Amino acid sequence: MKKFMGLVAVTLLSATILGACGSAQQSSSGQSSIAGTDGKAYIPIISKGFQHQFWQAVKSGAEKAAAELNVEISFEGPETEEQVDKQIEMLQAALDKNAKAIGFAALDSQAAIPLLQKAKEKNIPVIAFDSGVDSDIPLATAATDNQKASALAADKMAELIGSEGEIAMVVHDQTSKTGTDRRDGFVNQIKEKYPNIKIVDIQYSGDPLKATDLAKTIMQAHPNLKGLFGSNEGAAIGVVNAVTEMKMDGKLVVIGFDSGKQQIEAIKSGKMAGAITQNPVGIGYETVKAAVAAIKGEKVEKSIDTGFYWYDKTNIDQPEIQAVLYQ
Amino acid sequence: MNVVVNETEKRQPRSSGMLQQLLAFASLIVLILVFSLLSSNFFQFSNLVGILLSTAVIGVLALGATFVIITGGIDLSVGTVMTFSAVMTGTVITSWGLPIPVGIVGGILAGALCGLISGVAIAKMKIPPFIATLAMMMITKGLSLVISGTKPIYFLDTPEFSEVAMGSILNAVIPGLEIPNAVLILFVLAILASILLSKTIVGRYNFAIGSNEEATRLSGVNVDFWKMVIYTITGVFSGIAGILMASRLNSAQPALGMGYELEAIAAVVIGGTSLSGGKGTILGTVIGALIMSVLTNGLRILSVPQEWQTVVVGVVILCAVYTDILRRRK
Repeated sequence: MKKFMGLVAVTLLSATILGACGSAQQSSSGQSSIAGTDGKAYIPIISKGFQHQFWQAVKSGAEKAAAELNVEISFEGPETEEQVDKQIEMLQAALDKNAKAIGFAALDSQAAIPLLQKAKEKNIPVIAFDSGVDSDIPLATAATDNQKASALAADKMAELIGSEGEIAMVVHDQTSKTGTDRRDGFVNQIKEKYPNIKIVDIQYSGDPLKATDLAKTIMQAHPNLKGLFGSNEGAAIGVVNAVTEMKMDGKLVVIGFDSGKQQIEAIKSGKMAGAITQNPVGIGYETVKAAVAAIKGEKVEKSIDTGFYWYDKTNIDQPEIQAVLYQ
Repeated sequence: MNVVVNETEKRQPRSSGMLQQLLAFASLIVLILVFSLLSSNFFQFSNLVGILLSTAVIGVLALGATFVIITGGIDLSVGTVMTFSAVMTGTVITSWGLPIPVGIVGGILAGALCGLISGVAIAKMKIPPFIATLAMMMITKGLSLVISGTKPIYFLDTPEFSEVAMGSILNAVIPGLEIPNAVLILFVLAILASILLSKTIVGRYNFAIGSNEEATRLSGVNVDFWKMVIYTITGVFSGIAGILMASRLNSAQPALGMGYELEAIAAVVIGGTSLSGGKGTILGTVIGALIMSVLTNGLRILSVPQEWQTVVVGVVILCAVYTDILRRRK
């Protein structure tokens, strides 16, 4: 009886919470149903995540293309970018469903190769997006050239600090391809073109709270620091917070990557000099477009550069920038 | 084992905790000295405040975790309950447009409710704490994403909210002493927790349950009730941590929180609280949390690569627990 009462209590309590939640915002689930009944071609899109604003923007681009081209898509991804195994399971599930083509953003391109091989055997075209897969199975890759994009950030940094002095970087991830590409693109550009700029420290965190403490410590350790680069939204927000908390607004050049409300605010208020944005909507759109072309047997371009932009106070309100920023 | 929990049994764990605390405190001082010698940028007011500030969130989580760990239980959900509370505070303030204090109370209540549910699951439904709080970890992680619509909730329209953690009441009282409220809150909560644990009936039963649950039950204590109270207390602390985090980031980030529980537990363990229950102190936990942040801060200032920082923290946990075991064997 006691047990039963306990159970009732728990059920009631959870119902209360759920009730409270219902009145808040609508949920956005990573999955949608499988296809088939209305005869539309079904294209599962397996991304690296779905919580992050960036992936939501990719999703909206994919949905736009799906509506225009009259296909059905699903969009899912693991919870964190470390969950390579979960993503592989999703890819497996997509193969088992009646997919006509697959969009895939590999967390670990090596780990996915056996399944991609299977897709090839089944004649299901695979379109890679966001980052490439080290294999010739994907018919096309729709991605930002992160190295080039980061090199542009390095150029801007050099320009803003007068091509000399100490700078540091907060990179969102030490092992993923976007993390290493953005780090290397930036570092190599500085090394090649700006001999008087010294990168004194590179630390890693995409968690805004941890990135804040980390960036503060970097500033503490290097009092002569002239600039900081944060390689994604979380890292960039951390850098902005750190500069604010250390009361160094305007004394340091802060450059970010991607967008999001806080980063946009920081650029408008001058705390951040500017940031690189990818074109996430374009990535989603081009992926589905290429997948549909592949299903029809049309030729698709092997590498689809979805582009990137530098944005700052001066151009943030221009329509072509607004179109690629997400809040 | 005696049926009645006698005085010596209760006193002994506390006094042996003292030695561990002294050791932990000594290691903290040694760390600070070493880093100060190695880098002139370490021992500076702004950096010390920075260390304290970076301890605030994990520290408050660890304070709460100390209570359940002393009962011999565990709470794996503190990190995600923190996030859930932050999201609830965000929802109350930005979506419902209610005043900031209501949002803060709402966030703390959300944390308390999660703790209570875990407590009911453990005490009444007899689900092992590890499993019950693992479930709560997943539930709150999911709910945070559902309620926020997977998007961060920003407090851009209520700039005063960031004052909760980042303003400085101390500075207003003593000009020049610019220590953020988050640090003050950490210490006030530590004092409250310490009183709760050493001077009140909650604390007494907390230790009794951890030392010998069956004996405590047989001596007529309503163990189930007090367990629920203790898990609720842990939930309250997680709720407060969530508010500190949201205030500092000026946003409730729904995807954060995983992994924070392990850092909190590490701080508790370094501070000499035994995972098998029955002994531990709040002072120890505060020192444990400080050791972790001094260590990461110092290693960063020395530009030690990040992968090695993690290794060092792991080694420190091993050493801390091993000295504890050695001492008990004697």
